[in-house]
Amino acid sequence: MPVRRLAITFAIILPLLALLAYGFFRDPRYIPSPLVGKPAPAFSLQLFSGEKIDVSALRGKVVFINFWASWCPPCIAEAKELESAWRRLKDQDVVFIGVEIQDTEANGRGFVKEFGITYPNGADTTGKIPIDYGVWGIPESFFVDPDGRIVYKHVGAIGPALVEAKSAEARRRIMTTKEGKGEYQSIR
Amino acid sequence: MTALIGHGAILLAFALALGGIAAPLLLHRTGNDVFRASARVSILGQLLLVTIAATALIFALVNTDFSIQYVAMNTTRATPIYYRVTGLWGALEGSLMLWEWILIIFSGLVAWTYKDRQRETMPWVLMIFSIVSAFFLAVLAFASNPFQTIAPVPADGRGLNPLLEDSNMMSHPPLLYTGFVGLTVPYAFAMAALIVGKVDEEWIVTTRRWTITAWFFLTMGNLVGAWWSYHVLGWGGYWAWDPVENAAFMPWLPATAFLHSVQVQERRRMLKVWNLSLIIVAFSLTIFGTFLTRSGVLSSIHAFSNGPVGTIFLAFLAVILIASFGLLAYRADLLKGQPQIDSMVSRESTFLLNNVLLVSALFTIFLGTIFPLLAEAVTGKPVSVGAPYFNTATVPIFLALVFLMAIGPMIAWRRASWDNLRRNFLWPAVASIAVVTPVFILGIHDFLPLLGIMVCAFVAATILFDTALAVRARRRLAGENIFSALATLARRNQRRYGGLVVHLGIVLIALGILGSMSYSVERQATLGRGETLQVGNYNIRLLGLRAVEQPTHYRVEGIFDVTRGGKEIGALAPALKFFPNQQSPIGRAVHKSTFGEDLYLILSGFSELQNNRATLKVLVRPLVVWIWLGGGVIALGTLIAILPARRRQAVTVSSAELEEVA
Repeated sequence: MPVRRLAITFAIILPLLALLAYGFFRDPRYIPSPLVGKPAPAFSLQLFSGEKIDVSALRGKVVFINFWASWCPPCIAEAKELESAWRRLKDQDVVFIGVEIQDTEANGRGFVKEFGITYPNGADTTGKIPIDYGVWGIPESFFVDPDGRIVYKHVGAIGPALVEAKSAEARRRIMTTKEGKGEYQSIR
Repeated sequence: MTALIGHGAILLAFALALGGIAAPLLLHRTGNDVFRASARVSILGQLLLVTIAATALIFALVNTDFSIQYVAMNTTRATPIYYRVTGLWGALEGSLMLWEWILIIFSGLVAWTYKDRQRETMPWVLMIFSIVSAFFLAVLAFASNPFQTIAPVPADGRGLNPLLEDSNMMSHPPLLYTGFVGLTVPYAFAMAALIVGKVDEEWIVTTRRWTITAWFFLTMGNLVGAWWSYHVLGWGGYWAWDPVENAAFMPWLPATAFLHSVQVQERRRMLKVWNLSLIIVAFSLTIFGTFLTRSGVLSSIHAFSNGPVGTIFLAFLAVILIASFGLLAYRADLLKGQPQIDSMVSRESTFLLNNVLLVSALFTIFLGTIFPLLAEAVTGKPVSVGAPYFNTATVPIFLALVFLMAIGPMIAWRRASWDNLRRNFLWPAVASIAVVTPVFILGIHDFLPLLGIMVCAFVAATILFDTALAVRARRRLAGENIFSALATLARRNQRRYGGLVVHLGIVLIALGILGSMSYSVERQATLGRGETLQVGNYNIRLLGLRAVEQPTHYRVEGIFDVTRGGKEIGALAPALKFFPNQQSPIGRAVHKSTFGEDLYLILSGFSELQNNRATLKVLVRPLVVWIWLGGGVIALGTLIAILPARRRQAVTVSSAELEEVA
């Protein structure tokens, strides 16, 4: 029996098939954010409350940055969830910053009022901040650790449980290179 | 009702296919001739039933029977009738239906052609067909049913993907599928030969025309795909090395290698295992291609729908690879003992080198295509492989292959003499230098294009020179004029002259690719009405914008007046097409072709605020038209090679052939 020949044949074919099967368990469109692990780009933001917040002054704290717009359905979906996460986390040295982009300031104020959002929010009028953060769609969220490094990026709506988990990880300076994806499905 | 008939026919055909698989096994066990006939009846029954199912689907598409989900997804009431028919291959389920239909037509043709011949192998050949057919029927019946109904019935359908609303889409998928499916024929005969243990040259001789036919469709399918990409996608290119394109191209490489290496086996009884392996690889790659296209394991610009079929195709691929190569390994004892190559300067060794190069190209492209998978499996980090890798790695291989087209057909079998080399290659070499010198003087100084032009000229010169010698000999021998001498030569040795004409076609394609790769010019500008953009010799002036209503969409056209070197060429109107169900517009590029270069205009955008301002992208791509003309020449060559032969009477008098006789 040509056992050896069969063995050689299968030794070539089977790993190849295994590799192709492995393809089902990955997302081919997944691209890691090059920003993860890098220092968070500095910016200061004029808040709706009239104060000014400067990200570079927040070293030693965990910072959660959320980019949103009033017209975006997933942003509406996550708004109340983010507020509830903020209420639980605000005493734990976590700072939330909401950055309204691609929108008018009046719409932004209305949005914050409508959903009773109490954490710092402001409109980016320059358009520079989302470019620095490589924001492609909205909403997108970033977690910054106490050393000022971005440790996690999330695309799409994010829930309170994940915000809490990632804040805790950020405090321990744990990085996640794979970017997260929102659960929200848009209806076309 | 239509859905019931269609689905019923598929289920019945599946049952028949299972019978078709069982029959040869029972024939083998019992020796009862009833089973020989039933193997054939099963194929013919499947042919009838699948034709009924396919016709039912076309009928439903044409009559916009929206109770069938596939119809609702791929037509609308406004869809013109021809695009309703092409909706058959507009999405996954219909494509599989078409594939199965072509497959069973091929099977039926084989069953009919060889009904009284090849008594020993034929039942096994038909069994292989039934296995492949059963697989596709199972997918159609249970996983990806084109006759799935929906309730409530929608008032109107969603319509074909707008990119597919193009006349090239009428031919590209059917051509490609025919090429893919055609490879099943040599594969089935190869497997039958292995099962029976008759591994001589018979299966190769039997399938020669089938293989050439499949190769032809594969070539045309890829070329029409490139043409569609160039004409419709509006990016100015014809090939992007996208995984799905690679999937369509990869089977072509082993199929081409196979066409050449079988000649070595026919003539010298060498390369038996190699040839069997090549055809297994070629056939597997057609299934692999569908797996790749439909599984979504790789990121592709071709956004095909994914579903459970990816897994099913992978399973089938596993079965094919394991069973085929297992059988080959099992039969390897029968395949031992072949003659050795006599000399490195011989036709055998040239063909072998051609095979090595083709398989290297295949490996290179295969590796590049699945590398993102491999890299992520090993390192955990995703990597993307783009056109630069493929171009850098494959262009030298393809150039070497083109060069071999000059050597292979002319060099002698076994051992080429110095005289043979001098006689066939001296003048063509001189001619190629004579061609490249003025090209150099005219200002083309880059290495790759110069080398490419020289190689192409050399190949063309060897072919023309050899043919000229043969024509001269015939005129002396038979006193014919040039045309009848050419006709006699082609008729007497169809395979050789058909092959040479195909080679000329490939040379033209190589020139087209070389020119458009190396010397394209690209400019982009936003123009107001009356403003002019100058690109090369061309002056392009915006006359204005206009909106046009079409049956399925409306379009905004930019009207440009084009002059070349002061001479009026006329108005060109690239457009953006707006489909009601699509968020972003689809470009409609226009181009003006000449033998020298193509002028290609893409409307990238227009201002909605200011009237008559348009953003225009202009490409000037030299020699592109030769790619398509080369395709025509290949078609001609293939016809010469496969048209039914007349009986051979005399020895052919091509110079290389004369020497072989000597």
